[in-house]
Amino acid sequence: MALLQVSGLGQEYNGQRILSDVNLTVDRDEVFALIGPTGAGKTTLLRLLDLLDIPSSGEIFFDGTDVTRSGRRRLEARRRMAYVQQKPIVFRTDVYANVACGLKWRREKKEAIRPKVESALELVDMAEFRKRDARTLSGGEMQRIAIARALVTEPELLLLDEPTANLDPVSVSKIEEVLAHVIADRRITVLMATHDMPQGQRLANRIGVLTDGELLQVGTPSEIFCSPSSQAIAQLVGVENILAGVVRQKDQELTIINIDGHDIQAISAFDVGDKVHALIRPEDITLTLSRDPSSARNVFGGKVSKMGLMGPLVRIEIDCGFPLLVTLTAISLEEMGITSGSQVYASFKATGVHVIKRQD
Amino acid sequence: MSEVWSYLASFDPEVWDAAGRSLWFAVTSCAIATLICLPLGSLIHFSKFRGKGFVVSVVQSLYCLPTVLVGLIVFSLLSRAGPLGGLGWLFSPAAIIFGQAILISPVLLGLVISALSGVDKAVTETATSLGASGIQSAIVAIKEVKYGIVTAVVVGFSRAVSEVGVSIMVGGNINLYTRNLTTSISLATQKGELEKAWAMGIILLVIALVINIALYWLQRKGKVMEWKVMRWLSFRFRASGRSTTGSVS
Repeated sequence: MALLQVSGLGQEYNGQRILSDVNLTVDRDEVFALIGPTGAGKTTLLRLLDLLDIPSSGEIFFDGTDVTRSGRRRLEARRRMAYVQQKPIVFRTDVYANVACGLKWRREKKEAIRPKVESALELVDMAEFRKRDARTLSGGEMQRIAIARALVTEPELLLLDEPTANLDPVSVSKIEEVLAHVIADRRITVLMATHDMPQGQRLANRIGVLTDGELLQVGTPSEIFCSPSSQAIAQLVGVENILAGVVRQKDQELTIINIDGHDIQAISAFDVGDKVHALIRPEDITLTLSRDPSSARNVFGGKVSKMGLMGPLVRIEIDCGFPLLVTLTAISLEEMGITSGSQVYASFKATGVHVIKRQD
Repeated sequence: MSEVWSYLASFDPEVWDAAGRSLWFAVTSCAIATLICLPLGSLIHFSKFRGKGFVVSVVQSLYCLPTVLVGLIVFSLLSRAGPLGGLGWLFSPAAIIFGQAILISPVLLGLVISALSGVDKAVTETATSLGASGIQSAIVAIKEVKYGIVTAVVVGFSRAVSEVGVSIMVGGNINLYTRNLTTSISLATQKGELEKAWAMGIILLVIALVINIALYWLQRKGKVMEWKVMRWLSFRFRASGRSTTGSVS
């Protein structure tokens, strides 16, 4: 059963539309990630779902009850959820009191509060900080306190707004560890906004893509990352090879797409003459120094035109008559002796090409 | 001047009674005004209504409400023919406390609103998102600016303890009943008892001084806490910077 249901949700600020016609259903115990670029409206949507703001249009149903506008129902519903903001705010008091405040506001008895707070602090590995002034904590520690403060109330719905944004990798990993533990151990529904795509992929059962205030696609992580429904989503989820072409030939599902005079074989349902985009993830392309026999239907020779480091990977641009981006580990690159201008062969399977309709 | 000190040392019961009454009237009126202005100020600050800016401007312009005008208003209200005449408060301590509470309310209300304006909106929103009701969120905001609120209360108290217009007009300056330090000073000056007036003036000054020292101490305590927080944060920042450099090298 759906814990949260949103229909036709829209929000405007000073005549500017921030969200339009958002329809969303989140089931109990589901982990739903909302991904989108900065300014897409993720925080606005989360604020509406946490009932902090009143939407300009549409309805929000929490556990079957319309909580869009009624004050009393909003407070009751809000007390069954918790919201962790991107920039955590701590109150002018110690860590213990910060974590305990939600329970006090729910009129929990003192003797019940202590063990819950202690347990929440231990969960986020902050038990030894209980007497510390919360304002003296680092960003990562504050975020862990904010998560403990949210979890201590045992919410049915946990809303997380970019919980690891602007944090160092160690803090990110600690927070992700806590979240993964909570998701696995508790019956909790999580709706998290993130622009960290791999994080969404790691933690969520379903992902929604929000761009320019519109929820463009909802699906499983593999659907979103491997079969994005539009060019904008493809760009957002890191598909770097977006090649414009026209379907030239069709043999059942095997489609031949002409891209700048070169044929790419793909599996799609498009017909001859359709204008399409062929989407190929860089990690689905294999790079070799010679044209080896391979099961891949697509093999293109070309020269390395550009190289750049991307963490432990190297991003290589090959000119095959059309530009193709490939990623390789730095070790592989060194072993293969590839340098700028090297002749290489890029191969990829027909099933590794996702084809979408071109909107132009 | 020695006569002034001997007057103080003699512990003239009339003088010390007036001093005690000054404190009693001011503390009570200040407590009543605080009990009204703190929730009212929070209500004005947190509510969204048309003309809010106008209301705040009116409150601020009443900061310099003349004491004699408040005395006149309270006199008119409490006089036998006035709407509150039935209470029989005129020329009683209750009338002075009532008048002083009215006198200091605009200052208290304005400073409470001003202090609450300094609270980051994110603080109250965080409280709301954690399940706080409107009142609980307002309490969080008040706690965040407790030093500002204390300042407002002390300023209100200072105005109440030092006023003379209200006390004379609605208290009647009745010895050992409604006579406080300010009305006593006024009377003693008129009677030419300048030593007595000076002695009481010194007591009033000491009260004002004690209040200001207390206020300074409270603000300093707040600042010291802020400073400790900042020092701790900068220490942590430097420490983390060092460790990062160390790991790289």
